[in-house]
Amino acid sequence: MALLEIENLVVEFQTATGPFRAVDGVSLKVHESEVLAIVGESGSGKSVSMLAAMGLLPWTARVTADKLAFNGRDLLKMPSAERRKIVGKDIAMIFQEPIASLNPCFTVGFQIEEVLRIHMGLDRAARRKRAIELFEAVGIPDPGERLGHFPHQMSGGQCQRVMIAIALACNPKLLIADEPTTALDVTIQKQILDLLMKLQQEYRMGLIMITHNMGVVAETADRVVVQYKGRKIEEADVLSLFESPKSNYTRALLAALPENATGDRLPTISELFNEQQTLEGAAR
Amino acid sequence: MTHVLEARNLVRDYHIPGSLFRKARTVHALKGVSFSVDEGKTLAIVGESGCGKSTLGRIITLIDPATAGELLIDGKKVDIARDGLTTEMRRKVQIVFQNPYGSLNPRQKIGDILAEPLVINTKVPAAERRERAMTMLKKVGLEEKHYNRYPHMFSGGQRQRIAIARALMLNPKLLVLDEPVSALDLSVQAQVLNLLADLQDEFKLTYVFISHDLSVVRYIADDVMVMYYGEAVEYGSRDEVFSNPQHSYTKTLFAATPRADVASIKARLARKNAA
Repeated sequence: MALLEIENLVVEFQTATGPFRAVDGVSLKVHESEVLAIVGESGSGKSVSMLAAMGLLPWTARVTADKLAFNGRDLLKMPSAERRKIVGKDIAMIFQEPIASLNPCFTVGFQIEEVLRIHMGLDRAARRKRAIELFEAVGIPDPGERLGHFPHQMSGGQCQRVMIAIALACNPKLLIADEPTTALDVTIQKQILDLLMKLQQEYRMGLIMITHNMGVVAETADRVVVQYKGRKIEEADVLSLFESPKSNYTRALLAALPENATGDRLPTISELFNEQQTLEGAAR
Repeated sequence: MTHVLEARNLVRDYHIPGSLFRKARTVHALKGVSFSVDEGKTLAIVGESGCGKSTLGRIITLIDPATAGELLIDGKKVDIARDGLTTEMRRKVQIVFQNPYGSLNPRQKIGDILAEPLVINTKVPAAERRERAMTMLKKVGLEEKHYNRYPHMFSGGQRQRIAIARALMLNPKLLVLDEPVSALDLSVQAQVLNLLADLQDEFKLTYVFISHDLSVVRYIADDVMVMYYGEAVEYGSRDEVFSNPQHSYTKTLFAATPRADVASIKARLARKNAA
Protein backbone atom coordinates (compact mmCIF):
# COMPACT_ATOMS: atom_id res chain seq x y z
CA MET A 1 0.00 0.00 0.00
CA ALA A 2 1.21 3.45 -0.82
CA LEU A 3 2.19 5.75 2.03
CA LEU A 4 0.76 8.87 0.47
CA GLU A 5 -1.75 8.63 -2.31
CA ILE A 6 -3.01 11.67 -4.16
CA GLU A 7 -5.53 11.46 -6.96
CA ASN A 8 -6.68 14.37 -9.08
CA LEU A 9 -5.67 17.09 -6.64
CA VAL A 10 -6.93 20.55 -7.53
CA VAL A 11 -5.98 23.69 -5.58
CA GLU A 12 -7.64 27.01 -6.40
CA PHE A 13 -6.99 30.41 -4.90
CA GLN A 14 -9.65 33.10 -4.91
CA THR A 15 -8.22 36.25 -6.43
CA ALA A 16 -9.70 39.58 -7.46
CA THR A 17 -9.87 38.37 -11.05
CA GLY A 18 -11.58 35.08 -10.24
CA PRO A 19 -10.25 31.72 -9.14
CA PHE A 20 -6.65 30.86 -9.98
CA ARG A 21 -5.80 27.21 -10.42
CA ALA A 22 -2.36 26.58 -8.91
CA VAL A 23 -2.57 22.78 -9.04
CA ASP A 24 -4.63 21.17 -11.77
CA GLY A 25 -5.36 17.51 -11.45
CA VAL A 26 -2.13 16.09 -10.03
CA SER A 27 -1.97 12.44 -9.01
CA LEU A 28 0.95 10.78 -7.33
CA LYS A 29 1.94 8.02 -4.95
CA VAL A 30 4.82 7.59 -2.55
CA HIS A 31 5.72 4.21 -1.10
CA GLU A 32 7.57 3.32 2.04
CA SER A 33 11.34 3.98 1.89
CA GLU A 34 11.03 5.52 -1.54
CA VAL A 35 12.45 8.85 -2.68
CA LEU A 36 10.16 10.76 -4.99
CA ALA A 37 11.37 14.00 -6.54
CA ILE A 38 8.92 16.61 -7.73
CA VAL A 39 10.62 18.89 -10.25
CA GLY A 40 9.37 22.09 -11.75
CA GLU A 41 10.07 25.77 -12.08
CA SER A 42 8.55 28.43 -9.88
CA GLY A 43 4.80 28.55 -10.37
CA SER A 44 4.55 24.88 -11.30
CA GLY A 45 2.55 24.15 -8.17
CA LYS A 46 5.05 21.74 -6.69
CA SER A 47 5.15 23.33 -3.24
CA VAL A 48 1.42 24.11 -3.20
CA SER A 49 0.42 20.51 -3.83
CA MET A 50 2.53 19.34 -0.89
CA LEU A 51 1.29 22.13 1.37
CA ALA A 52 -2.23 21.02 0.44
CA ALA A 53 -1.39 17.48 1.49
CA MET A 54 -0.09 18.83 4.80
CA GLY A 55 -3.16 21.05 5.22
CA LEU A 56 -0.98 24.13 5.59
CA LEU A 57 -2.60 26.35 2.98
CA PRO A 58 -4.48 29.50 4.05
CA TRP A 59 -8.27 29.48 4.09
CA THR A 60 -8.42 31.30 0.75
CA ALA A 61 -7.32 28.10 -0.96
CA ARG A 62 -9.90 25.58 -2.12
CA VAL A 63 -8.50 22.06 -2.04
CA THR A 64 -10.35 19.22 -3.73
CA ALA A 65 -9.17 15.75 -4.59
CA ASP A 66 -10.67 12.41 -5.51
CA LYS A 67 -8.33 10.93 -2.98
CA LEU A 68 -5.81 12.35 -0.54
CA ALA A 69 -4.89 9.48 1.69
CA PHE A 70 -2.05 8.85 4.11
CA ASN A 71 -1.55 5.23 5.11
CA GLY A 72 -5.01 4.43 3.78
CA ARG A 73 -6.79 7.16 5.77
CA ASP A 74 -8.41 10.04 3.92
CA LEU A 75 -6.90 13.31 5.14
CA LEU A 76 -9.60 15.53 3.67
CA LYS A 77 -12.50 13.78 5.38
CA MET A 78 -11.10 13.47 8.89
CA PRO A 79 -11.73 16.18 11.51
CA SER A 80 -8.95 18.73 11.72
CA ALA A 81 -7.96 17.75 15.26
CA GLU A 82 -7.40 14.24 14.03
CA ARG A 83 -5.42 15.51 11.08
CA ARG A 84 -3.13 17.61 13.25
CA LYS A 85 -2.12 14.45 15.08
CA ILE A 86 -0.78 13.05 11.84
CA VAL A 87 0.72 16.20 10.36
CA GLY A 88 3.95 17.03 12.13
CA LYS A 89 4.19 13.53 13.58
CA ASP A 90 3.83 10.98 10.80
CA ILE A 91 4.23 13.48 7.98
CA ALA A 92 6.92 16.07 8.55
CA MET A 93 8.16 18.85 6.33
CA ILE A 94 11.43 20.71 5.88
CA PHE A 95 11.09 24.17 4.40
CA GLN A 96 13.24 26.06 1.98
CA GLU A 97 14.67 28.82 4.10
CA PRO A 98 16.06 27.38 7.28
CA ILE A 99 16.72 30.69 8.97
CA ALA A 100 13.27 32.08 8.18
CA SER A 101 11.37 28.98 9.23
CA LEU A 102 12.78 28.84 12.75
CA ASN A 103 11.29 31.20 15.31
CA PRO A 104 13.93 33.82 16.16
CA CYS A 105 12.46 34.44 19.64
CA PHE A 106 13.05 30.96 21.05
CA THR A 107 16.10 28.77 21.45
CA VAL A 108 16.41 25.89 19.03
CA GLY A 109 16.20 23.57 22.01
CA PHE A 110 12.79 24.98 22.94
CA GLN A 111 11.57 24.56 19.38
CA ILE A 112 12.58 20.94 19.08
CA GLU A 113 11.28 20.07 22.55
CA GLU A 114 7.95 21.68 21.71
CA VAL A 115 7.38 19.04 19.04
CA LEU A 116 8.33 16.26 21.42
CA ARG A 117 5.99 17.63 24.10
CA ILE A 118 2.97 17.99 21.84
CA HIS A 119 3.24 14.85 19.76
CA MET A 120 5.12 12.41 21.99
CA GLY A 121 4.09 13.61 25.46
CA LEU A 122 7.59 13.13 26.86
CA ASP A 123 8.57 14.64 30.21
CA ARG A 124 11.24 17.30 30.53
CA ALA A 125 14.24 15.03 31.08
CA ALA A 126 13.22 12.63 28.31
CA ARG A 127 12.67 15.53 25.93
CA ARG A 128 16.13 16.88 26.53
CA LYS A 129 17.68 13.49 26.13
CA ARG A 130 15.87 12.89 22.85
CA ALA A 131 16.71 16.40 21.57
CA ILE A 132 20.41 15.77 22.18
CA GLU A 133 20.10 12.42 20.43
CA LEU A 134 18.48 14.07 17.42
CA PHE A 135 21.09 16.81 17.22
CA GLU A 136 23.76 14.12 17.25
CA ALA A 137 21.95 12.23 14.50
CA VAL A 138 21.96 15.25 12.20
CA GLY A 139 25.60 16.03 12.95
CA ILE A 140 25.46 19.15 15.10
CA PRO A 141 28.60 19.26 17.22
CA ASP A 142 28.29 19.83 20.97
CA PRO A 143 24.48 19.30 21.05
CA GLY A 144 23.97 19.97 24.77
CA GLU A 145 25.43 23.43 24.38
CA ARG A 146 23.69 24.10 21.06
CA LEU A 147 20.20 23.48 22.48
CA GLY A 148 20.48 26.78 24.32
CA HIS A 149 21.34 28.75 21.20
CA PHE A 150 19.05 31.00 19.18
CA PRO A 151 18.72 30.57 15.40
CA HIS A 152 20.69 33.74 14.67
CA GLN A 153 23.70 32.29 16.45
CA MET A 154 23.90 29.46 13.93
CA SER A 155 24.88 29.32 10.27
CA GLY A 156 22.44 28.49 7.46
CA GLY A 157 23.65 24.92 7.21
CA GLN A 158 23.36 24.42 10.98
CA CYS A 159 19.83 25.87 10.96
CA GLN A 160 18.85 23.44 8.21
CA ARG A 161 20.20 20.61 10.35
CA VAL A 162 18.04 21.85 13.22
CA MET A 163 15.03 21.89 10.89
CA ILE A 164 15.78 18.32 9.86
CA ALA A 165 16.14 17.31 13.50
CA ILE A 166 12.75 18.86 14.29
CA ALA A 167 11.16 17.10 11.32
CA LEU A 168 12.65 13.78 12.42
CA ALA A 169 11.75 14.24 16.08
CA CYS A 170 8.68 11.99 15.98
CA ASN A 171 10.09 9.37 13.58
CA PRO A 172 7.87 10.39 10.66
CA LYS A 173 6.86 7.83 8.06
CA LEU A 174 6.92 10.45 5.37
CA LEU A 175 9.26 13.40 5.09
CA ILE A 176 8.59 16.22 2.65
CA ALA A 177 11.63 18.34 1.87
CA ASP A 178 10.74 21.55 0.07
CA GLU A 179 13.91 22.81 -1.65
CA PRO A 180 15.99 21.85 1.39
CA THR A 181 19.31 23.02 -0.04
CA THR A 182 18.46 25.94 -2.32
CA ALA A 183 19.77 28.62 0.03
CA LEU A 184 22.99 26.75 0.83
CA ASP A 185 26.51 26.51 -0.59
CA VAL A 186 27.31 23.46 -2.72
CA THR A 187 29.60 21.92 -0.13
CA ILE A 188 26.93 22.32 2.55
CA GLN A 189 24.29 21.14 0.08
CA LYS A 190 26.25 17.93 -0.38
CA GLN A 191 26.42 17.36 3.38
CA ILE A 192 22.69 17.99 3.85
CA LEU A 193 21.72 15.73 0.94
CA ASP A 194 24.00 12.95 2.17
CA LEU A 195 22.50 13.33 5.63
CA LEU A 196 18.93 13.19 4.30
CA MET A 197 19.66 10.09 2.22
CA LYS A 198 21.38 8.36 5.13
CA LEU A 199 18.50 9.07 7.52
CA GLN A 200 15.96 8.10 4.88
CA GLN A 201 17.55 4.67 4.52
CA GLU A 202 18.09 4.22 8.22
CA TYR A 203 14.48 4.97 9.18
CA ARG A 204 13.01 3.59 5.93
CA MET A 205 11.06 6.80 5.45
CA GLY A 206 9.20 7.86 2.36
CA LEU A 207 10.86 11.05 1.16
CA ILE A 208 9.41 13.65 -1.18
CA MET A 209 12.06 15.96 -2.54
CA ILE A 210 10.69 19.17 -4.02
CA THR A 211 13.33 20.89 -6.11
CA HIS A 212 14.08 22.76 -9.29
CA ASN A 213 17.65 21.54 -9.40
CA MET A 214 18.17 18.66 -11.83
CA GLY A 215 21.47 17.82 -10.18
CA VAL A 216 19.74 17.27 -6.84
CA VAL A 217 17.19 15.04 -8.56
CA ALA A 218 19.90 12.96 -10.17
CA GLU A 219 21.71 12.54 -6.84
CA THR A 220 18.74 11.56 -4.70
CA ALA A 221 15.58 10.37 -6.41
CA ASP A 222 14.20 6.90 -7.16
CA ARG A 223 11.23 8.23 -9.08
CA VAL A 224 10.54 11.68 -10.52
CA VAL A 225 7.40 13.69 -11.22
CA VAL A 226 7.79 16.69 -13.52
CA GLN A 227 5.27 19.48 -13.07
CA TYR A 228 4.55 22.50 -15.21
CA LYS A 229 1.90 25.16 -14.58
CA GLY A 230 0.08 23.02 -12.06
CA ARG A 231 -0.07 19.89 -14.22
CA LYS A 232 1.87 16.70 -14.06
CA ILE A 233 3.80 16.47 -17.30
CA GLU A 234 5.76 13.31 -16.79
CA GLU A 235 6.41 10.59 -14.28
CA ALA A 236 9.26 8.13 -14.59
CA ASP A 237 12.00 6.43 -12.63
CA VAL A 238 15.09 8.56 -12.40
CA LEU A 239 17.23 6.69 -14.90
CA SER A 240 14.69 6.62 -17.70
CA LEU A 241 13.84 10.26 -17.11
CA PHE A 242 17.43 11.32 -17.72
CA GLU A 243 18.11 8.71 -20.38
CA SER A 244 15.00 9.02 -22.48
CA PRO A 245 12.64 11.78 -21.37
CA LYS A 246 9.23 11.36 -22.98
CA SER A 247 7.89 14.87 -22.71
CA ASN A 248 9.22 17.79 -24.70
CA TYR A 249 9.26 19.90 -21.57
CA THR A 250 11.52 17.50 -19.68
CA ARG A 251 13.78 17.32 -22.71
CA ALA A 252 13.91 21.12 -22.80
CA LEU A 253 14.70 21.31 -19.08
CA LEU A 254 17.59 18.90 -19.47
CA ALA A 255 18.90 20.70 -22.54
CA ALA A 256 18.90 24.03 -20.70
CA LEU A 257 21.38 22.70 -18.13
CA PRO A 258 24.66 24.52 -18.71
CA GLU A 259 26.63 21.29 -18.30
CA ASN A 260 24.81 19.77 -21.26
CA ALA A 261 25.59 22.75 -23.47
CA THR A 262 26.91 22.14 -26.94
CA GLY A 263 28.02 25.17 -28.91
CA ASP A 264 28.24 28.64 -27.45
CA ARG A 265 24.55 29.33 -26.80
CA LEU A 266 22.13 27.45 -24.58
CA PRO A 267 18.87 26.24 -26.07
CA THR A 268 16.05 28.04 -24.28
CA ILE A 269 12.98 26.24 -23.13
CA SER A 270 10.54 28.23 -25.23
CA GLU A 271 12.40 27.23 -28.41
CA LEU A 272 12.21 23.58 -27.61
CA PHE A 273 8.69 22.90 -26.61
CA ASN A 274 5.18 23.85 -27.49
CA GLU A 275 3.38 24.85 -24.32
CA GLN A 276 -0.15 24.20 -25.54
CA GLN A 277 0.70 20.78 -26.87
CA THR A 278 2.50 19.79 -23.71
CA LEU A 279 -0.31 20.86 -21.42
CA GLU A 280 -2.92 19.06 -23.52
CA GLY A 281 -0.85 15.92 -23.59
CA ALA A 282 -0.15 16.16 -19.83
CA ALA A 283 -0.39 12.82 -18.12
CA ARG A 284 -3.51 12.99 -16.04
CA MET B 1 48.60 44.82 -24.61
CA THR B 2 47.33 46.16 -21.34
CA HIS B 3 44.72 44.23 -19.45
CA VAL B 4 41.27 45.75 -18.97
CA LEU B 5 41.46 44.80 -15.35
CA GLU B 6 44.45 43.91 -13.28
CA ALA B 7 44.68 43.36 -9.56
CA ARG B 8 47.96 43.12 -7.70
CA ASN B 9 47.90 41.74 -4.21
CA LEU B 10 44.56 43.22 -3.18
CA VAL B 11 43.93 43.25 0.54
CA ARG B 12 40.78 44.30 2.33
CA ASP B 13 40.32 44.39 6.07
CA TYR B 14 37.11 45.29 7.83
CA HIS B 15 37.43 46.78 11.28
CA ILE B 16 34.63 45.79 13.57
CA PRO B 17 34.43 48.43 16.31
CA GLY B 18 34.33 47.20 19.87
CA SER B 19 31.38 47.66 22.18
CA LEU B 20 30.61 47.18 25.83
CA PHE B 21 30.54 43.42 25.36
CA ARG B 22 33.02 42.82 22.63
CA LYS B 23 36.56 43.78 21.82
CA ALA B 24 37.31 45.50 18.56
CA ARG B 25 38.61 43.13 15.92
CA THR B 26 39.65 43.03 12.31
CA VAL B 27 38.24 40.72 9.67
CA HIS B 28 40.64 39.94 6.84
CA ALA B 29 38.16 39.58 3.98
CA LEU B 30 40.79 39.56 1.25
CA LYS B 31 44.33 38.43 1.89
CA GLY B 32 46.27 39.46 -1.19
CA VAL B 33 44.56 38.50 -4.46
CA SER B 34 46.11 39.01 -7.89
CA PHE B 35 44.66 38.42 -11.33
CA SER B 36 44.14 40.02 -14.72
CA VAL B 37 41.42 39.96 -17.35
CA ASP B 38 41.74 40.83 -21.03
CA GLU B 39 39.19 42.57 -23.19
CA GLY B 40 36.20 40.49 -24.21
CA LYS B 41 37.04 37.71 -21.75
CA THR B 42 35.22 36.35 -18.74
CA LEU B 43 36.85 35.69 -15.40
CA ALA B 44 34.74 33.62 -13.04
CA ILE B 45 35.25 33.92 -9.32
CA VAL B 46 34.03 30.88 -7.42
CA GLY B 47 33.74 30.18 -3.74
CA GLU B 48 31.29 29.68 -0.92
CA SER B 49 29.61 32.39 1.08
CA GLY B 50 32.04 34.31 3.25
CA CYS B 51 35.07 33.58 1.07
CA GLY B 52 35.44 37.22 0.04
CA LYS B 53 34.17 37.03 -3.53
CA SER B 54 31.58 39.75 -3.09
CA THR B 55 34.12 41.95 -1.27
CA LEU B 56 36.34 41.55 -4.29
CA GLY B 57 33.40 42.43 -6.54
CA ARG B 58 32.81 45.63 -4.58
CA ILE B 59 36.46 46.63 -4.86
CA ILE B 60 36.53 46.02 -8.61
CA THR B 61 33.29 48.00 -9.02
CA LEU B 62 34.93 50.87 -7.09
CA ILE B 63 32.32 50.79 -4.35
CA ASP B 64 34.81 50.04 -1.59
CA PRO B 65 38.51 50.90 -1.61
CA ALA B 66 41.09 48.19 -1.04
CA THR B 67 43.12 48.37 2.16
CA ALA B 68 46.31 47.59 0.29
CA GLY B 69 47.40 46.48 -3.14
CA GLU B 70 46.89 47.91 -6.58
CA LEU B 71 43.90 47.93 -8.87
CA LEU B 72 44.49 48.82 -12.51
CA ILE B 73 41.65 49.48 -14.88
CA ASP B 74 42.61 49.94 -18.53
CA GLY B 75 46.22 50.07 -17.40
CA LYS B 76 45.60 53.03 -15.13
CA LYS B 77 46.01 52.79 -11.41
CA VAL B 78 42.84 53.52 -9.47
CA ASP B 79 42.74 54.41 -5.81
CA ILE B 80 39.33 55.67 -4.73
CA ALA B 81 40.41 56.04 -1.12
CA ARG B 82 42.91 58.74 -2.15
CA ASP B 83 41.51 60.29 -5.33
CA GLY B 84 37.81 59.70 -4.98
CA LEU B 85 35.73 58.37 -7.81
CA THR B 86 35.44 60.30 -11.06
CA THR B 87 32.43 59.93 -13.34
CA GLU B 88 34.86 58.80 -16.00
CA MET B 89 35.86 55.80 -13.90
CA ARG B 90 32.26 55.08 -13.04
CA ARG B 91 31.49 54.88 -16.73
CA LYS B 92 34.06 52.14 -17.20
CA VAL B 93 32.86 49.73 -14.55
CA GLN B 94 29.31 48.68 -13.78
CA ILE B 95 27.73 45.91 -11.72
CA VAL B 96 24.69 43.64 -11.85
CA PHE B 97 23.57 42.37 -8.48
CA GLN B 98 22.27 38.99 -7.47
CA ASN B 99 18.74 39.79 -6.42
CA PRO B 100 16.70 41.50 -9.15
CA TYR B 101 13.90 42.03 -6.63
CA GLY B 102 16.07 44.15 -4.37
CA SER B 103 18.26 46.03 -6.80
CA LEU B 104 15.59 48.02 -8.65
CA ASN B 105 13.83 50.95 -6.98
CA PRO B 106 10.16 49.92 -6.73
CA ARG B 107 8.98 53.51 -7.05
CA GLN B 108 10.85 54.33 -10.24
CA LYS B 109 9.59 53.54 -13.71
CA ILE B 110 11.80 51.37 -15.90
CA GLY B 111 12.60 54.32 -18.16
CA ASP B 112 13.80 56.38 -15.20
CA ILE B 113 15.78 53.46 -13.82
CA LEU B 114 17.62 53.16 -17.12
CA ALA B 115 18.19 56.90 -17.53
CA GLU B 116 19.48 57.38 -13.97
CA PRO B 117 23.13 56.47 -14.67
CA LEU B 118 23.15 59.04 -17.50
CA VAL B 119 21.68 61.73 -15.25
CA ILE B 120 24.32 61.14 -12.62
CA ASN B 121 27.38 60.61 -14.74
CA THR B 122 26.86 62.49 -17.99
CA LYS B 123 25.39 65.69 -19.40
CA VAL B 124 23.25 63.96 -21.99
CA PRO B 125 19.99 65.92 -22.59
CA ALA B 126 16.66 64.39 -21.62
CA ALA B 127 15.47 63.56 -25.13
CA GLU B 128 18.61 61.62 -25.89
CA ARG B 129 18.50 59.85 -22.52
CA ARG B 130 15.04 58.63 -23.39
CA GLU B 131 16.14 57.45 -26.79
CA ARG B 132 19.15 55.61 -25.44
CA ALA B 133 17.03 53.95 -22.75
CA MET B 134 14.57 52.78 -25.42
CA THR B 135 17.37 51.32 -27.55
CA MET B 136 18.88 49.51 -24.59
CA LEU B 137 15.48 48.16 -23.57
CA LYS B 138 15.14 46.50 -26.96
CA LYS B 139 18.73 45.24 -26.85
CA VAL B 140 18.05 43.20 -23.74
CA GLY B 141 14.93 41.68 -25.20
CA LEU B 142 12.22 43.89 -23.74
CA GLU B 143 9.79 46.12 -25.61
CA GLU B 144 9.02 49.82 -25.85
CA LYS B 145 5.76 49.40 -24.03
CA HIS B 146 7.70 48.37 -20.92
CA TYR B 147 9.26 51.82 -20.65
CA ASN B 148 6.61 53.30 -18.35
CA ARG B 149 6.06 50.28 -16.14
CA TYR B 150 7.22 49.68 -12.58
CA PRO B 151 9.56 46.86 -11.48
CA HIS B 152 6.83 44.91 -9.66
CA MET B 153 5.12 44.32 -13.01
CA PHE B 154 7.98 42.16 -14.25
CA SER B 155 9.11 38.60 -13.61
CA GLY B 156 12.49 37.79 -12.09
CA GLY B 157 14.11 37.12 -15.46
CA GLN B 158 12.78 40.36 -16.94
CA ARG B 159 14.00 42.32 -13.93
CA GLN B 160 17.45 40.84 -14.30
CA ARG B 161 17.35 41.99 -17.94
CA ILE B 162 16.48 45.49 -16.72
CA ALA B 163 19.36 45.42 -14.25
CA ILE B 164 21.70 44.37 -17.06
CA ALA B 165 20.34 47.13 -19.29
CA ARG B 166 20.93 49.72 -16.56
CA ALA B 167 24.50 48.51 -16.12
CA LEU B 168 25.12 48.89 -19.86
CA MET B 169 23.66 52.40 -20.19
CA LEU B 170 27.07 54.04 -19.78
CA ASN B 171 28.77 51.71 -22.27
CA PRO B 172 31.12 50.25 -19.66
CA LYS B 173 34.13 48.19 -20.62
CA LEU B 174 33.95 46.02 -17.57
CA LEU B 175 30.86 44.44 -16.09
CA VAL B 176 30.87 42.78 -12.67
CA LEU B 177 28.13 40.15 -12.42
CA ASP B 178 27.50 39.16 -8.82
CA GLU B 179 25.59 35.86 -9.00
CA PRO B 180 23.33 37.19 -11.77
CA VAL B 181 21.45 33.95 -12.42
CA SER B 182 21.34 32.18 -9.08
CA ALA B 183 17.90 33.61 -8.21
CA LEU B 184 16.42 32.51 -11.55
CA ASP B 185 14.67 29.40 -12.82
CA LEU B 186 16.53 27.04 -15.12
CA SER B 187 14.79 28.15 -18.32
CA VAL B 188 15.16 31.84 -17.48
CA GLN B 189 18.76 31.25 -16.45
CA ALA B 190 19.49 29.92 -19.94
CA GLN B 191 17.93 33.00 -21.54
CA VAL B 192 19.89 35.43 -19.36
CA LEU B 193 23.16 33.57 -19.94
CA ASN B 194 22.53 33.73 -23.69
CA LEU B 195 21.78 37.43 -23.44
CA LEU B 196 25.06 38.00 -21.60
CA ALA B 197 26.94 36.09 -24.29
CA ASP B 198 25.26 38.12 -27.06
CA LEU B 199 26.05 41.41 -25.34
CA GLN B 200 29.63 40.39 -24.75
CA ASP B 201 30.08 39.72 -28.46
CA GLU B 202 28.38 42.94 -29.49
CA PHE B 203 30.06 45.40 -27.11
CA LYS B 204 33.35 43.55 -26.54
CA LEU B 205 32.51 43.50 -22.84
CA THR B 206 34.79 42.11 -20.19
CA TYR B 207 33.00 40.16 -17.48
CA VAL B 208 33.92 39.36 -13.92
CA PHE B 209 31.41 36.65 -13.11
CA ILE B 210 30.93 35.88 -9.43
CA SER B 211 29.17 32.61 -8.82
CA HIS B 212 29.02 29.49 -6.73
CA ASP B 213 27.42 27.40 -9.45
CA LEU B 214 30.17 25.44 -11.14
CA SER B 215 28.08 24.26 -14.07
CA VAL B 216 27.32 27.87 -15.02
CA VAL B 217 30.96 28.83 -14.55
CA ARG B 218 32.17 26.00 -16.74
CA TYR B 219 29.79 27.16 -19.44
CA ILE B 220 30.55 30.89 -19.41
CA ALA B 221 34.11 31.44 -18.15
CA ASP B 222 37.43 31.76 -19.91
CA ASP B 223 39.44 31.92 -16.71
CA VAL B 224 38.47 30.67 -13.27
CA MET B 225 39.62 31.78 -9.85
CA VAL B 226 38.63 29.73 -6.82
CA MET B 227 38.59 31.58 -3.52
CA TYR B 228 38.68 30.19 -0.02
CA TYR B 229 38.79 32.31 3.14
CA GLY B 230 39.98 35.43 1.36
CA GLU B 231 42.68 33.77 -0.65
CA ALA B 232 42.79 32.69 -4.27
CA VAL B 233 43.59 29.01 -3.92
CA GLU B 234 43.34 28.23 -7.61
CA TYR B 235 43.66 30.44 -10.67
CA GLY B 236 43.94 29.40 -14.27
CA SER B 237 42.16 28.86 -17.55
CA ARG B 238 38.83 27.09 -17.36
CA ASP B 239 40.10 23.87 -18.89
CA GLU B 240 43.12 23.73 -16.61
CA VAL B 241 41.09 24.27 -13.48
CA PHE B 242 38.30 21.87 -14.39
CA SER B 243 40.44 19.07 -15.77
CA ASN B 244 43.24 19.24 -13.26
CA PRO B 245 42.33 20.98 -9.99
CA GLN B 246 45.35 21.40 -7.72
CA HIS B 247 44.05 22.61 -4.40
CA SER B 248 42.14 20.29 -2.09
CA TYR B 249 39.33 22.82 -1.67
CA THR B 250 38.74 22.94 -5.43
CA LYS B 251 38.53 19.17 -5.45
CA THR B 252 36.01 19.24 -2.60
CA LEU B 253 33.99 21.80 -4.48
CA PHE B 254 33.91 19.68 -7.63
CA ALA B 255 33.02 16.57 -5.70
CA ALA B 256 30.13 18.38 -4.00
CA THR B 257 28.55 19.59 -7.22
CA PRO B 258 25.63 17.36 -8.09
CA ARG B 259 25.96 15.63 -11.43
CA ALA B 260 22.98 15.24 -13.72
CA ASP B 261 24.37 12.75 -16.21
CA VAL B 262 23.17 9.22 -16.82
CA ALA B 263 26.44 7.56 -15.88
CA SER B 264 26.54 9.03 -12.39
CA ILE B 265 22.88 8.15 -11.80
CA LYS B 266 23.65 4.55 -12.76
CA ALA B 267 26.61 4.52 -10.39
CA ARG B 268 24.50 5.88 -7.56
CA LEU B 269 21.69 3.36 -8.10
CA ALA B 270 24.22 0.54 -8.22
CA ARG B 271 25.72 1.72 -4.91
CA LYS B 272 22.26 1.90 -3.38
CA ASN B 273 21.27 -1.58 -4.50
CA ALA B 274 24.50 -3.00 -3.17
CA ALA B 275 23.99 -1.40 0.24
